[in-house]
Amino acid sequence: MSIYLNADSKIIVQGMTGGMGSKHTALMLDAGADIVGGVNARKAGTTAEIGGKELPVFGSVKEAMEATGANVSVAFVPPPFAKDAAIEAIDAEIPLLVVITEGIPVKDTAEFFNYSIGKKTRIIGPNCPGIITPEESLAGITPHTIAGKGPVGLVSKSGTLTYQMMYELRDYGFSTAIGIGGDPIVGTTHIDALEAFEADPETKAIVMIGEIGGDAEERAAAYIKEHVTKPVVGYVAGFTAPEGKTMGHAGAIVSGSSGTAQAKKEALEAAGVKVGKTPSETAALMHEILKGMGLEPRS
Amino acid sequence: MDLFEYQARDVFEKHGVPVLAGAVATTAEEARAAAETIGTKSGGVSVVKAQVKTGGRGKAGGVKVAKSADEAEQLAGEILGMDIKGHTVHQVMIAQGAQIAEEYYFSILLDRTNRSYLAMCSKEGGMDIEQLAVERPEALARIAVDPNVGIDTAKAQEIVDAAGFDAETGAAIVPVLEKLWAVYRDEDATLVEVNPLVKDNDGNIVALDGKVTLDENAEFRHEEHAALEDKAAADPLEAKAKAKGLNYVKLDGEVGIIGNGAGLVMSTLDVVAYAGEQHGVKPANFLDIGGGANAQVMADGLDVILGDEQVRAVFVNVFGGITACDEVANGIKGALEILGDAATKPLVVRLDGNNVEQGRAILDELAHPLVTQVDTMDGAAAKAAELAASK
Repeated sequence: MSIYLNADSKIIVQGMTGGMGSKHTALMLDAGADIVGGVNARKAGTTAEIGGKELPVFGSVKEAMEATGANVSVAFVPPPFAKDAAIEAIDAEIPLLVVITEGIPVKDTAEFFNYSIGKKTRIIGPNCPGIITPEESLAGITPHTIAGKGPVGLVSKSGTLTYQMMYELRDYGFSTAIGIGGDPIVGTTHIDALEAFEADPETKAIVMIGEIGGDAEERAAAYIKEHVTKPVVGYVAGFTAPEGKTMGHAGAIVSGSSGTAQAKKEALEAAGVKVGKTPSETAALMHEILKGMGLEPRS
Repeated sequence: MDLFEYQARDVFEKHGVPVLAGAVATTAEEARAAAETIGTKSGGVSVVKAQVKTGGRGKAGGVKVAKSADEAEQLAGEILGMDIKGHTVHQVMIAQGAQIAEEYYFSILLDRTNRSYLAMCSKEGGMDIEQLAVERPEALARIAVDPNVGIDTAKAQEIVDAAGFDAETGAAIVPVLEKLWAVYRDEDATLVEVNPLVKDNDGNIVALDGKVTLDENAEFRHEEHAALEDKAAADPLEAKAKAKGLNYVKLDGEVGIIGNGAGLVMSTLDVVAYAGEQHGVKPANFLDIGGGANAQVMADGLDVILGDEQVRAVFVNVFGGITACDEVANGIKGALEILGDAATKPLVVRLDGNNVEQGRAILDELAHPLVTQVDTMDGAAAKAAELAASK
């Protein structure tokens, strides 16, 4: 088991023939992902050779789904075209859409996310590394070589902190690691991922990584208190971030007194979550928990 | 990007939002000339307003009424150069005088919590709205706005009704809210705030003071927004980094930071801050060089950081994910070659992740006198803090 993505997932790539798209399609294939084709209206009917595989290119997400049975789309579409790509995927009713693209205007995300409400598509991202279920599938850009399968579920706003944490806990491994993205509006939240990990029998413990900006971590803390029975370890980045400055991620900004790392840490601790001061300390807390649960590291 | 009041006024005017005449001035003489023209619309009276991107201007003495062009010149001379909450006043706006009958509040903003937009409106404008929200939340109407629908006539009516306006005033405000929505939508704003929105003695609704924040991710479809940037206020190092396409924020400290990925760099700053406590040093900057980390990007990043005179040591913290550690190590090696004698401060390098052994071996072999390798992030932060304190 895992969340959202597994060995049976059939993946198409929107923007597969572009630079980012073709590079990461090859890496996803390396990770064992079942990539069944790409979408590019201007190259419909052709094929693209990526990673030693002839992949068909379709004119639309709908066509690709009909021809291949795809149930996941990963979008590497540049910001000016990302909204249309997302709406196309939502209209085609693809169950999972992972938007990797960084730099999408928040108005566009607000529009396509709200358009998806009540429809059949779960959106992950934008501005995210995507999702990996190690040894099964990868829909995104997370390096599959960092860690293998194991009992830890990971949800994070940040890509490189996802990689760092996977590396620190590679002795145990992961059920699924999901990067939800650093934009002010994202399709899948910490709470969504926590709910899915709580329901996933393979996940024994959860690492939740947050950062400054918004109140997603505070709301996740309240959710954990009410609904999560599995142990959760937390980490929050950005204690030293000055007020009013965007720290790399469009959503990483302390506005006035809201969105501070301190407030998020306190909310998580109040919900019984152990919060590490550094990524290494966070990993150490998780190691203690896993050992305490009688779980052995991977051999 | 936050706009100055005069820029917000201009944007409002462009979209048909009722505003008063106003012009920006950077000297007392310019203020006088502006007051001579603008004052004629309000019986010779004009208002001299400090242009700073912070609240509380009025209390700080940054907003004054001038009864003549002479007085406008004199007041502008006093206000220009004034310090308001750490912001130096470089510009004043000369605005037409207004006969204010009532003051209201309106804003539309990105609602991150609900992943939507929120309109807020109150009959009690002019004061600090955060204070009103805390002290008398019932006086502040909050209405969700669907991003795909926006504020049409029906939604605007719902907002004024929720705020408790009488029918006549409400009817006058509705079209103004529709135009303010057009500002929000068409300019790719994340905040449009009018405080106060006033009713004058003749019953006209006017946006007297505005605050607008624009989404920098939308610059590709708003070439005109580049001209609104406050280049004078930008930190010179931040400007230099921006010109090179680097994501850099200047802070006040001694340990320069370079890393890959926004989250990891934020985390690095925190770890350095903890390590620096016992040495009396702090992180000097945020710099995310992204996934690539090739020699030129690394050299550009180091160049910006070494240009910060406060910096006494640099911590390069890279996790080799998509870009493996050997490529990153070669990037550091290449950057040191590009910089040559310009590289003058110790570098503490922590590499971890894919091909870490090869990466570390490359730097070991290089044996550069400025480079120290430390295997862990926490250990490297401690080393960088120690070096920054000892130099």
